[in-house]
Order: sequence, then C-alpha cells, then structure tokens
Amino acid sequence: MEKQDFRILVNRPLAQGIYEMVLVGDTSHITRPGQFLNFQLEGFYLRRPISVCDWTEETVTILYKVLGRGTQAMTQRKSGETMNLLTGLGNGYDMDKSGPQPLLVGGGVGIPPLYGLARRLRAQGKEVRAVLGFNTEREMFYVEKFCELGVQTAVATVDGSCGIRGMVTDAMAQIGPYSYLYTCGPEPMLRAVWQACRTSGQFSFEERMGCGFGACMGCSCKTKYGSKRICKDGPVLEKEEIVW
Amino acid sequence: MVNTRVELCGIPLDNPIIPASGTFGYGHEFAQIYDINCLGTFSFKGTTAQERFGNPTPRIAEYDRGLLNAVGLQNPGVDKVIGEELPKLERCFSKPVMANVSGFSVEEYVTVCRKLDQCPQVGWLEVNISCPNVHGGGMSFGTDPAMAASVTAAVKAVTTKPVIMKLSPNVTDITAIARACADAGADALSLINTVLGMRIDLKRRRPLLANTTGGMSGPGIFPLAVRMVYQVSQAVDIPVVGMGGVTTAEDVLEMMLAGATAVEVGAANLVDPYACRDLVAELPNAMERYGIETLNDIIGGAH
Repeated sequence: MEKQDFRILVNRPLAQGIYEMVLVGDTSHITRPGQFLNFQLEGFYLRRPISVCDWTEETVTILYKVLGRGTQAMTQRKSGETMNLLTGLGNGYDMDKSGPQPLLVGGGVGIPPLYGLARRLRAQGKEVRAVLGFNTEREMFYVEKFCELGVQTAVATVDGSCGIRGMVTDAMAQIGPYSYLYTCGPEPMLRAVWQACRTSGQFSFEERMGCGFGACMGCSCKTKYGSKRICKDGPVLEKEEIVW
Repeated sequence: MVNTRVELCGIPLDNPIIPASGTFGYGHEFAQIYDINCLGTFSFKGTTAQERFGNPTPRIAEYDRGLLNAVGLQNPGVDKVIGEELPKLERCFSKPVMANVSGFSVEEYVTVCRKLDQCPQVGWLEVNISCPNVHGGGMSFGTDPAMAASVTAAVKAVTTKPVIMKLSPNVTDITAIARACADAGADALSLINTVLGMRIDLKRRRPLLANTTGGMSGPGIFPLAVRMVYQVSQAVDIPVVGMGGVTTAEDVLEMMLAGATAVEVGAANLVDPYACRDLVAELPNAMERYGIETLNDIIGGAH
C-alpha cells in the first residue's frame, strides 16, 4: 500500500452511468490484476474503493458506476486535477493458476478488473474466453476492447438487447471446457457462477469498507478457513473457501 | 526545541499521540508503511476471552464529518492475541502497548485482564465498558455507575498494571460514571467511545447498517468529546485520555487544554493511514505556533 497523488488525464462517460478515468502517477505498488484503489473525495469522509481496470508504468485506468453521491462527485472531476489515492490494495487474482484456457466471467461494474487480467493472460499466450453480462445494451462497455485482445467474448444482457438474453450463467452453459475461472460481479451473480463453475476458480467480492487496508474490520466475511477481510485478505477468494 | 513528553500512570510517553483501539488492528498494517515507534503508544483491537466474528455486514456507514461502525468486537480471542499477535508486534514495536479489553460479564473482563497482566509488552489495560455495538455487554457496564465500579474493582484485583476505564458518551451524566470508576480504583479514564447513531438507506428504506445502529466517530463528534473530557477531568483526580474526532495537531492541543493527559486518534487512521505519524511530526510545529514549550504544562489549562 502507498498513499499518492495522481493527476487525472481522462474522465469521461463510457456507457449509461459508467465512467472511465485514466490517472497519471506512480503505479509501482499495483502488482496484480484485481487489486483496487481507494480515492479521497473532497466533501466525503471515507475514501471510495474502486477496482483497477488496467495499468501501465505511468497510468492507471478505472471504470466506475455512478451509484451514490460519492461516485456522482467523481464524475465532476476534470482532467489535470489531482486525486489522492491509496494504491496497491487487496490481494488480486493469481494468474499462475489459470491453466491454458481460462474463462473470465464478469457482471456490470465487476467487469473492469477482468480486463487487466485478460490483457496479462493474453500476453502469457493463454487462450482466454470471457462472458460479460450487462443489464441492457445502453450499459455495455469494453466488449470490443476484450475482443481486440483476442479474447473470445460472449455477451449476455438481462433484457436481451444484445447477445444472449439472460444471465452470465446462461452464456456459460454454451461454452466448452475451460481450465480455470476468474470472476467479479454482484454477489447474486457470483453465487450463480459458483454453482455453475466446473473447475476451480477465483471470485472477487465487494463490501462496504472503512479503511480499505485491513485496519478496521469493517468488511469481514466468513470463509471455510476463518474470517477474512475483503479489503486485505481479498477481494479475491478461492472458490473452495467461499461460504455463502 | 519543544518538549512533547507526557506521563500516563507512571509510564513515560515520547508524545501523547495514541492510535485508538479498533482503528489500528494489532499494529502490523501500519508497521508495514511506517515505523510505529514514533507513536506515544497505541491501543490494540478490543480483545475478548473467546474469538469473535462480530456483526454481519454492512458494518460501516458514513456521514459528512465521519463514519459509523458496527463491527461488534471482532477479534481472535485473548489466547491468540498473546500467542500470535504480541510476538509479531514485538518485532516492530519496542514500547509498552495499551491492551484494550472487552467483555460480556465481569468474569470475562477478569479472565482477559488476568492473562494480559502476564504480558511484559502490555503497559496499560484499557477496559472498554462502552462498546455500543454488542448486545448484553460492553456499553451496559458503562452506563450504570454501580456496574462500572464493579468491573473496575474486579479488574484491579487481578492486575498490577495501570487500569484505564474507557467510558461511553451515551449517558446522561458521564461524570457520575467517571467518579464511580475512580472511586473503585481506576488509574485513569479514557473517553469518549463512539456515539450511538444510525443511518437509513433511502433506496431500500432500511437501516444502512446490518446492526441497525452504530457508533459515530470522526471530526463531527470532536466538540462533544472536548466537552466531556473537560467535565470529567474536573470531576476526578486521575488522568484522562481524551479522544473523539481528533484529526489535527491543534485538536490535540485543544483536547489537552480540556484536561487530557494523552490523546487517542481513531477515525483519522482509517482515511489516512499516515495520520498519526504526521500528527506526531506536526505537533511540535503547532506547539511553537501557540507558544507552548512543554506540552505537559497545558494539561487542563482551560479549566
């Protein structure tokens, strides 16, 4: 973990209620896809935890959904402005477990961390497939970016406005064998994916956090191996340890 | 050079800054990012006889000047704290630590204190009779003078370490509880624990916290804390450790003028992990700005 100022390069709407922000700063504390940042926002006491979508040596990209007053305020920040972040938070996905043909399953604003993961798995020459779920076509984002990576990408929308009508698990049912599963999304989706998953896998969870770095015990969950802090021991948990 | 040293129950502190229980774990998260030996000491996570998972989530809510928590005393239990956490702490913290103790019965307080009394690393026992987030314990001891006195006396009987009773603000007259603890033998008092509060989710039309209510902390409770420290330090002859929304070095000075011998810092650690390190560094500058040479001299200076 480190506390650092980043400068906003881009902050723009990407789809209905979804924004993309690119920031410039020292990204050396980000070590794995699936980690997150904690954003300080003027006028709000607690920081806002948001997953890393992708990063380079100088820039980090986040995709965020406007859900409350905090994320609404983030949409008003302009390029050139500075934001104070805690970086390198959370454990992130373990790419060593992927095997040759990993499957990535993301729902809504759970999709962003899977993009950085997909790019790195592709760089390792893995045959990556993805199932991306959205409520509706207007909320879709990054589908073409996954395709550009050479990821075989299936889309599911709840209202059927694009791709398969239904849930990500409906699309998973049409996919051939895979070696490992990585997923992130709302908890009901994670649970359905957990039940549908035919291999081992890693699941990234969300919880209301106090600090984001393991001090306050605000985001604890029960696992087979005792209690874990979503912010510090997670957000990524192994399929085998999850207790629903 | 200004002098930031104070003394708490006979144990010297390089400075009065003490991260508050529940915001600093057992020190490791912070020791990874700075040398925590710069602190006066810190109060470790509230510890009970048995392991506790705590309350269901969401445990955290926000207001514009702070947060609410309803963690519910999650901790690994005193035996693991002594067997695992304290040995780890020994490698990164060489000062006496403040051990925060909670319980659901007088016997539990006694059990935990008796075990922690045997630990050379522990300087003080801070006995929490004020947790608002657990039912049938914690705060119920801190809202009745007779019960507060009974916990104090029972704990004092099993330890030679200084006992600091941590008081709740959720009472009509905090000085009555303070006097009861002092009369029962407490070596010091610390206050305030969090203020019982609540938020409601407009979309769901339900309490935001799974526990319904939670404890408010942060700058929004600072004036309330200053008032109570001022009142209590005038009502008793034992030292008072002040806390509640302390964020800046000026807040530390204000708390000490109100009567605090040392100052705990809670919520600030959660939004800025370097908050206490920076407070320690800034304190001498603030003292110079206000013409203070010896910090110890201003304790209760506003009385």
